[in-house]
Amino acid sequence: MSNDTTSRQSWWQRIAHPGQFVAWTTPLLMPLAILTAVLFVVGLWFAFFNSPEDYQMGDTVRIMYVHVPNAWLSQFVYAVITVSALGTLVWRHPLADVSMKAAVPLGALFTALALFTGALWGRPTWGTFWEWDGRMTSTLVLLFIYLGIIALWRAFDDQLRAARVVAVFTLVGAINIPIIKFSVDWWSTLHQPASVFVPGGPRMPLSIQIPLFLMFFAFTFLFLVLHLKAMHTEIKRRRVMTLQRKLAQRATP
Amino acid sequence: MTDQQVYPLIHMRATGLSSGRGGMMLTGKLDFSLGNGQCLLLRGPNGTGKTTLLLTLARIVAPFAGSFGPSDANTEQPLLHYCGHHNAIKPRLSVLENLTFWAAINGPTGIIPHAALTKVGLDDLDGLDAGYLSAGQSRRLALARLLVSLRPLWLLDEPTAALDEQGHQLVTRLLTEHMAMGGLAIAATHDLIALPDPASLNTLQLERAP
Amino acid sequence: MSPFMAMLRRELRLALRGGGDVLILVLFFMIVGAIVPFAVGPDQTLLASIAPGIIWIATFLAMLLGLERLFRPDHEDGSLILLRQAELPLSAVIAAKLIVHWLVSAVPLLLASPILALLLAIDVPAFGRTLVSLALGTPALAAFSAIGAAVTVPIRHGGLIAPILIAPLSVPVLIFGVSAITSPQSGAATLFLAALSVMAVALTPFVAAFAIGSAED
Repeated sequence: MSNDTTSRQSWWQRIAHPGQFVAWTTPLLMPLAILTAVLFVVGLWFAFFNSPEDYQMGDTVRIMYVHVPNAWLSQFVYAVITVSALGTLVWRHPLADVSMKAAVPLGALFTALALFTGALWGRPTWGTFWEWDGRMTSTLVLLFIYLGIIALWRAFDDQLRAARVVAVFTLVGAINIPIIKFSVDWWSTLHQPASVFVPGGPRMPLSIQIPLFLMFFAFTFLFLVLHLKAMHTEIKRRRVMTLQRKLAQRATP
Repeated sequence: MTDQQVYPLIHMRATGLSSGRGGMMLTGKLDFSLGNGQCLLLRGPNGTGKTTLLLTLARIVAPFAGSFGPSDANTEQPLLHYCGHHNAIKPRLSVLENLTFWAAINGPTGIIPHAALTKVGLDDLDGLDAGYLSAGQSRRLALARLLVSLRPLWLLDEPTAALDEQGHQLVTRLLTEHMAMGGLAIAATHDLIALPDPASLNTLQLERAP
Repeated sequence: MSPFMAMLRRELRLALRGGGDVLILVLFFMIVGAIVPFAVGPDQTLLASIAPGIIWIATFLAMLLGLERLFRPDHEDGSLILLRQAELPLSAVIAAKLIVHWLVSAVPLLLASPILALLLAIDVPAFGRTLVSLALGTPALAAFSAIGAAVTVPIRHGGLIAPILIAPLSVPVLIFGVSAITSPQSGAATLFLAALSVMAVALTPFVAAFAIGSAED
């Protein structure tokens, strides 16, 4: 029954074959990178020169334009990893393994940036770099989960066999993240009922919305470009690994 | 010998079976088949993937390509015994406790644990902690596990490892009895196994992948 | 004897004959709890106020200490492969292991907790709530330990990495566990804790069985 997989390949299987994937996505890389750069330039210009100061926080409100996109990416990347993990487990597709492996360090990076910019923002706003508030705390736990996944992946001797196990843990994490978020929110309101500053209320003026959306897209495209590039690198790394194994197999007496 | 046959009619077939681990193919496109009372010996130098092939046949490792199963699609997958390099013996349990556990967990369909221990020559040691067994005695205990639950297909990885001359004869005797009951066996071995009926024995020579 | 009972009996025998593992866990639990006063000072009111947290941390760490026992020995001696071929489904095998793991690594801590309560100056009603909270929360910790142990079975030094994976998952257990003792909303926390344990224990055998099945191919 597994014989016919080679004979009738759907268009999806053809474009998702790792070698094919590198071939048809390489021309996309440069235009995407340029688009990302343009979005960053325009977005940062708006953020720095064409958006109002906050009447309470002054210039520090501009940290929001970096912080909010990173906070969004910290969760969006986990969604990407979760979908890839499903691809690994359900369809056993090598490209899903590659996508998962390439996205995890990026997710950890964006989560760390969200925490870092959050701390920079928290200093003038709350008077302290770190506050055990619901959002910050659950983002910190999310960072630990990302780092755990990286550590788990690196601990395997056989990187190819690691994918399915890592995928299982990723899904366990995906089920747990909402529970963690709920418990942390519950816990933080228990200890400090006063509500903290919530970025992006419904009545945000257009002058803030425009740079925020531009930066939001800039960072999302940055992730897409980096993810694609990291996938290419991972596919090449696997090819090298396979060649090394073949060499070792030929060399053994 | 048909009156001794306890297993239903089974014919197992491998078609285009490739096995390997970690993205590396070890055995390419194997075709073989065996039926009741037949034994297949896997032979070949180290590194040709005998163990991986057995794990694939045991459905522990997914095959690269091809399939292994009953030729008749309506027959369900037969139960199998896998006997690998490790003996799966708990040193803190007694010899009898080890065997009784496997009988309970695999279904006590074969001979009772005491009889199985007698058969492999460990009947004097049944109360001893299994940690005190020698390598050869541990292997005998692992073989006794095959006897306490009746399963038509045996997959044996180096069954004679660590066994002395008498042990070799024991493996031959157990295999002969299993096949007389209509059992099937696939064994990877470096030692020659001489069965009384050479017609029931096939050999598959594995080559190093190019 | 049914296969499930045979599995339970084997696990219990192995755990109890395993060279004083239970004793080591209890000692570790006591020592972690008893070392805190040296770090924060012997102030009775301060200790009483942080005692629930200390007891939960000590429980959490002690249960992490025991998780290697779950699958590692069976993986190394080849039993795990054979258990996958057994009549009993692997998820039932893991359910039996989970039950025994809770019995030998959480129940002894519950029994030892009065001594720690005494050392940390907890009053009797608060200690009663502590026992309830530990009894309701430790099944979830055992379940997360089983998942952590299952995904790290193929790794040679898996015992080192499993706690890193388990700790973030255990955040809700610690939050609700300690809140069930101290917070004004302890009723809600107790319910959340019980719900978490029920869910974790119900899902873990399947998740861990899937992880172990995935590790080989």
